[in-house]
Amino acid sequence: MHPAYSVIVFTIASGAGYGLLIWLAIAALLNLVPRDPVLGFFGFGLALALITTGLLASTLHLGRPARAWRALAQWKSSWLSREGVAAIVTYVPAGALALAWVFGEFVPRQIAASAALAVPCALATIWCTGMIYASLPTIRAWHQPLVAPVYVVLGLATGGVLLCLLLANFGHEFRWAAIATVPALALGAILKRLYWSAIDNAERTYTAEAATGLGQFGTVRPLDPPHTQPNFVMREMGYQVARRHAERLRHLSVALLFLVPAVAGLMLLMNLPNSMQIVIAVVSAVSASFGVLVERWLFFAEAEHVVMVYYRGGSA
Amino acid sequence: MTSLPEPNQKKLGLVIDLDTCVGCQACATSCKEWNAGGYSAPLTDQDAHGGDPHGTWLNRVHSYEVGDGGGSRTVHFPRSCLHCETPACVTVCPTGASYKRESDGIVLVNPDTCIGCKLCSWACPYGAREYDYDDGVMKKCTLCVDRIYNETFEPGDRIPACVRACPTGARHFGDLGDPDSAVSQLVKEREGFDLMPAMGFKPVNKYLPPRPRRDHSAAPTPQATEQPVTSSGSLADRFFAWADKTLAR
Amino acid sequence: MAHHEPDIALSEPSADEIKTTTCYMCACRCGIRVHLKGGRVHYIDGNRDHPVNRGVICGKGASGIMTHTSPSRLRAPLKRVGPRGSGDFVEISWDEALETATSWLRDVRARDPSKLAFFTGRDQSQALTGWFAQQYGTQNFAAHGGFCSVNMAAAGLYTFGGSFWEFGEPDWERTRYFMLFGVAEDHASNPLKIELGKLKSRGVKVVAVNPVRTGYGAIADEWVGIRPGTDGLFVGALIHELMRAQKIDLEYLVRFTNAHWLVIDAPGDADDGMFARDADGKPFAFDKTAGALADATRADIAPALVGTFKLADGRNARPSFASIAERFLADEYSPDKVAAVTAITADTIRRIARELAQAAFEQQVTLDIPWTDWAGRRHDRTVGRPVSMHAMRGISAHSNGFQTCRMLHLLQILLGSIDCPGGFRYKAPFPRPTPPPNRPARPSEPNTPLKGAPLGFPQGPEDLLVDPGGKAQRIDKAYSWDAPLAAHGLMHMVITNAANADPYPVDVLFLYMANMSWNSSMNIPAVLRHLTAKDEKTGEYKIPKIIYSDAYSSEMVAYADLILPDTTYLERWDCISLLDRPISTADGPADAIRQPVVAPDRDVRAFQSVLLDLGARLRLPGFVTDTGAPRYPAGYSDYIIHHERSPGIGSLAAFRGEDGKSYGRGAPNTKQLDSYIAGGCFHEHHLAPEQHYYKHANKAYLEWAKDMGFIPAAVPMTFQLYLEPLQKFRQAARGHGAIKPPASHRARIEKYFDPIPFWYPPFDSEPGESETFSAITQRPMHMYHSWGSHNGWLRQITAENCLYMARARAKKLGIADGDWVWLASALGRVKGRVKLMEGVNPDTVWTWNAIGRRARAAALDTDAPEATRGFLLNHLIAELLPEREGGYRFSNSDPITGQAAWYDLRVTIEKAAPDEVGETFPQFVPLHSPLLANAGAPP
Repeated sequence: MHPAYSVIVFTIASGAGYGLLIWLAIAALLNLVPRDPVLGFFGFGLALALITTGLLASTLHLGRPARAWRALAQWKSSWLSREGVAAIVTYVPAGALALAWVFGEFVPRQIAASAALAVPCALATIWCTGMIYASLPTIRAWHQPLVAPVYVVLGLATGGVLLCLLLANFGHEFRWAAIATVPALALGAILKRLYWSAIDNAERTYTAEAATGLGQFGTVRPLDPPHTQPNFVMREMGYQVARRHAERLRHLSVALLFLVPAVAGLMLLMNLPNSMQIVIAVVSAVSASFGVLVERWLFFAEAEHVVMVYYRGGSA
Repeated sequence: MTSLPEPNQKKLGLVIDLDTCVGCQACATSCKEWNAGGYSAPLTDQDAHGGDPHGTWLNRVHSYEVGDGGGSRTVHFPRSCLHCETPACVTVCPTGASYKRESDGIVLVNPDTCIGCKLCSWACPYGAREYDYDDGVMKKCTLCVDRIYNETFEPGDRIPACVRACPTGARHFGDLGDPDSAVSQLVKEREGFDLMPAMGFKPVNKYLPPRPRRDHSAAPTPQATEQPVTSSGSLADRFFAWADKTLAR
Repeated sequence: MAHHEPDIALSEPSADEIKTTTCYMCACRCGIRVHLKGGRVHYIDGNRDHPVNRGVICGKGASGIMTHTSPSRLRAPLKRVGPRGSGDFVEISWDEALETATSWLRDVRARDPSKLAFFTGRDQSQALTGWFAQQYGTQNFAAHGGFCSVNMAAAGLYTFGGSFWEFGEPDWERTRYFMLFGVAEDHASNPLKIELGKLKSRGVKVVAVNPVRTGYGAIADEWVGIRPGTDGLFVGALIHELMRAQKIDLEYLVRFTNAHWLVIDAPGDADDGMFARDADGKPFAFDKTAGALADATRADIAPALVGTFKLADGRNARPSFASIAERFLADEYSPDKVAAVTAITADTIRRIARELAQAAFEQQVTLDIPWTDWAGRRHDRTVGRPVSMHAMRGISAHSNGFQTCRMLHLLQILLGSIDCPGGFRYKAPFPRPTPPPNRPARPSEPNTPLKGAPLGFPQGPEDLLVDPGGKAQRIDKAYSWDAPLAAHGLMHMVITNAANADPYPVDVLFLYMANMSWNSSMNIPAVLRHLTAKDEKTGEYKIPKIIYSDAYSSEMVAYADLILPDTTYLERWDCISLLDRPISTADGPADAIRQPVVAPDRDVRAFQSVLLDLGARLRLPGFVTDTGAPRYPAGYSDYIIHHERSPGIGSLAAFRGEDGKSYGRGAPNTKQLDSYIAGGCFHEHHLAPEQHYYKHANKAYLEWAKDMGFIPAAVPMTFQLYLEPLQKFRQAARGHGAIKPPASHRARIEKYFDPIPFWYPPFDSEPGESETFSAITQRPMHMYHSWGSHNGWLRQITAENCLYMARARAKKLGIADGDWVWLASALGRVKGRVKLMEGVNPDTVWTWNAIGRRARAAALDTDAPEATRGFLLNHLIAELLPEREGGYRFSNSDPITGQAAWYDLRVTIEKAAPDEVGETFPQFVPLHSPLLANAGAPP
């Protein structure tokens, strides 16, 4: 599938944003962090900025961005619609929580209530995002049970990395964050490995022979394409990345997204000067950003759409 | 409305005869031409005279070879929306712009409400959905909904543009939900099939398979009765004797 | 939520106004309806009433809007200001353009009219252009048939007075077996497609003989992947088998052919191999009933087909059939012998012969149609042998095409299947007499018309256009010893010969709709050099003046000096005439017109009207009245209505006479075009059923055809199985007669001018050489020559081409799918990308025709795939064969007709190096587009 940067940015930014939001909400519920308005301002600011940037980026992918509001209509059948609705809904508890943290509660138990709502709303939103892809049987690499869980776990992991940076920067206790983030990273790494194994070994049951119904005559091979230059379908669905190249990128993403941040996370458990801790946290965040960018790019680039059997023969 | 309508008896669609298509592109261009001014107008083009020409087409013709060696075949293969009974392109649409008509089963995109998110094109296994780069909305075969009920047309012309154009008669239009319709009879007689049935979207359009060849691979043809050879000698001699005798009658 | 659907407009009209006209996206001439909205073309579909396409439309026709609005359309007349090929032009007025052209042409006409070479490419108005050439006085005229398919036309016309495409068609409804030879996409395309679909549903067997399996070959019941250039051998083997099995219609031969005419067998005599004739020129046969020689054309004899008979002078003579049978019964035409060369197994050949025989002799069609033959004999029923064939360039474009096509007709005739129910039928105005009677006109004097039409059908050396020294009198050497039966000229040789001053230089080259500096020429780099070559002494171009007319900015535009921009087909009047290339059906003549459905939006004029204007300015007879005023001041429509080629016979056959009620003959009717328009821009005349079949021998038909002026007399056409004119040429080569070929040509004439068809390998090829491949092209169904690349829709389907190769052969050469390869011929090299396939003869490589373009031609960008990834085979094809003994270089053409032998090409294939992939070779300097010319000032 053509890796559209607007969509990649959308899933990465919103994933990290919701992840950070969830951690902040958990921190609020469990009183893991003092009610520092500066932390709150920058923390929720970052989370909501990421979420909003992501959502806006996704509208760049649209042919008619001005009509984006229409996407909320079909939540009964469409995961994309559900994701839109969930995103809008999540703003409510997230906003309430942010305002309460920064400016103080104006209704009793505002923080507790909004945090308690924000977590499931944010989780649901990420889940819906993942399901947009996972619900499509036409793309085997997406139609996997691990896809939506990986979205959630990576959102939590990248959000956690950002949380560590925020806490370190504003001089708050962050060990708990590191202790939460490292397992999230480990889980993410395990799930990604299982996912890649699943897609590498998946049986490619959709064949050009079944697609054309001509299997009774033998192997189907394209002779002339319908257009000698790529058409929309070939551009959108025909992207291919070479196996060797993909392998290298997988290793790179593992290193940048999981290894470096995990090591950084462990280092953050050590007694190091704060300035150094900030540097470590920054490196971790930067590494994780590039790593998740590569991971997400591969998620698109390695995905094959079944329609390409009409253009290339073979199977999907 | 992306939830699917109540299933109706009427299922309009096309039957494509793979044993008769010669790959002439008349259907693809007639469709492009009709929709340049019709329901899906305009069907735009990008870089039409440049290095990377591409544009919106609702029907396209592939060519395949099937098999190896002497038993292989060339098959020309037009593909357009199959107007499935349970199409995913309708249910994934977030705005409801993609919908299936209750009255006749035609799947359409409402160009006024489509946001161009392309999710329907991801959901369609057949590549039936095109994104129009200029218009910013999704387009697809409309089964010429603006022709088939058109009262300003002669009744015989109330058929999709591609069907009217097809020079070899490889395209047929009708109600696949009516077992007595001409198209349904044709499907039954020629054992028409679905594309990628395992996807489960229940395409309405049907394809007719190529017929067996009548060449060396087929059963031997009945021998023409040969005249008995009545005289000996060289081939030429025998032939001349026969020619002489025959004309003597 | 209730199911809510938007309201859709279901009954929008497709037009404010629908006008009919005739398509011109190829030469099929389908009837179209143009839907107009606000005076602009909105939609084009097929006219259901039209006899050619009956409502269907092909990929090209449906894309006509994009051709009509193409940005590569020329805008105004242009005058070249930079060097030829530079593309530097200024826009000029029509007045200036016409004055310039007139002064050039007037000057040439006053000195030597043959110094005007006037050749038209893909135009469909040869009746007018040929007449212009005739009145001007230049014999140097032809259309494109010489590089298209003259072999087909000539072989058919000389043999049985008809041919394929617009000359004839299968009896589709009744045929029981149909064979296609060398057909990809041609001008009968929509009718062929319609009927193939019907044949398939009726279960009639279709056999496609073609080295490549696409299109019609894909749906054929049997595909025969023949080696290119060997179809004659295949057909010969079929004839062998049919003769061996005694499945020949002897009665048909006796009734309709010259099989029984006696051929003089007296080696060394001047008339050896000619027909034995009486004092009145009537041929002899041996009447078995009378036991004596008799007039072979009499209906009441029982002629012998075999035997040796004594003539009055004591010499021996044999029926031509005997020699024919001997040839084809010989071992060299047995299926076992031909199998290896044709790449068709002996079993397949035998089986197809059996199937032909079975269809012809056991599935006879009998119609309850009584008819009377030319001898007055009444037949209660019409009976036929339902086998039919169609053939096209795959047969024709070889140096053995004429004889191969003759063999195909021989096969049809032996099966008794010409113009019978289920067989192959003529379309009026055919059949014409065999051989055709009109001879090419000789060169003329200054300011004097030719004495007849420039093109014709020689029947002996006396008809050749050669000077007393044997040198060609036409610039293309048509009707010389190089190509005696060059019925359509040799357009592909004009530029080369003019630049080489061989036989002589010309002053003005006037071309219409012919992309000679690109895909219509062989050896393009050489042609470009010829177009730009200058005389060392004078500094002038060797071809001093070039006038070119076209609607589009093709590669040719940059190489001309004066450009006359044409209209598109939607902006013009035109006639598809019985005098020209009509759209008749087997059931009757039909003709058609084009009418302007929109007005031009730029300063262009229909070429035919321009030609009439030029003719008037030159005061050519027929183009001006007695007072010197233009005879057709209103242009082409005026000519169509008022021109009479002979009394009462004009361009269009229907609505003649002052009352508009006459058909075929009648005074001009000023309302004629209106009547055609009212009928859908065409008219069909339906023959009576008794005229439908055996037209060549059908009294009712022949008399009607004479009345119509199609034939000079109501006499039957005898099928020329034995083509005596060829023997005449041969006898001249043997030293007989007053007009003899030069020594350099004698062996060639002796060998190839065999009056009985035979197969020989295409020139300069040894089939079966393991190193080389045949390289051929096919025309795509959605592109017509290079016209598709200026169409914004069609080029989205195909903007580049690749070289198709047999998978097994490629593997042996280490070539994989998608690899880039070099093709090399004796002339040069071409590089392109490979696509492997199964359905191709293993010794053949091929590509789609005319996709490759030169950068910036047709208003395409420099990086257009047509330029960077498209390629032509033309660069590999030499227009002149290597020197023969005596130092002479013949053109790369059929030795009989001069047909360009495109498909004789042989190449070697080699994988390209890694740093050579990505772009095709050769690349030409991008054209500077003439469309950039401004009015009045150099760019």
